[in-house]
Amino acid sequence: METILFYVLAAVTLLSAVCVVFLRRPLHNVLFMILTMIGLATLFILLHAEFLAMVQIIVYAGAVMVLFLFVIMLLNLEEISLPKEPRPLRWGFGVILALALVVVLFPIFSHFTPSVMGKSLPGAVGNVSNIELIGTELFTTYLLPFEVASILLLAAIIGTVIIGRKLKD
Amino acid sequence: MVTLEHYLVLSALLFSLGMVGVMFRRNLIVILMSLELMLNAVNLSFVAFSRYLGSIEGQIFVLFVMVVAAAEVAVGLAIAVAVFRQRGTININDISLLKW
Repeated sequence: METILFYVLAAVTLLSAVCVVFLRRPLHNVLFMILTMIGLATLFILLHAEFLAMVQIIVYAGAVMVLFLFVIMLLNLEEISLPKEPRPLRWGFGVILALALVVVLFPIFSHFTPSVMGKSLPGAVGNVSNIELIGTELFTTYLLPFEVASILLLAAIIGTVIIGRKLKD
Repeated sequence: MVTLEHYLVLSALLFSLGMVGVMFRRNLIVILMSLELMLNAVNLSFVAFSRYLGSIEGQIFVLFVMVVAAAEVAVGLAIAVAVFRQRGTININDISLLKW
């Protein structure tokens, strides 16, 4: 079961990654990038890294990709010339993509049992949940890198604002 | 049975795809996206090692990689917008001023 899931998810992730690299329009690249991120998140769930899977979906598929979309819309890179009425091929493509999404989302539901607390990293760490383990490590062993990361994010915010403002003539 | 090698091969394939995108695409935004793909391939191998070596450290490092990637995307896209305002294009063949 796990093997089949792995191969299906790997195929979806790889195919959408190929589309990210080789499709012509940046808009399509971004949409397939979102699919790649969701595929990677489900692979993380297969690897029992549930917290990272959620962070992946929220941060990457949510925030980062919306940022990309926003910039592409802002720059208006392409003169959008969509056909007037949707062709039947496009409907079929949409249906296939929706089915692929169901396949990708399936392991999330099959792994979802609310009472399983001690199943992350089984055998190695015993009775502690994944997120608890990460939190403990992050705030004890890796406290300094954690704080440095916050400073890095602050620097990125300030840098983005300064680079992105309009220059006065 | 899915082994560590499966995940490492998948990660290597994703990384190579990202590298192809960085080398052969001429659009700055698509290059940034391929860079993200490479970072995510590395994240995947981190998580796979974390699982198969039974240690949580790999997942911590994935969190830090995500922080750095978010900062990099924000600054990179700001630079793309600034370049587009200046030059009217983000094709990297036209933005080769710093290339020797």
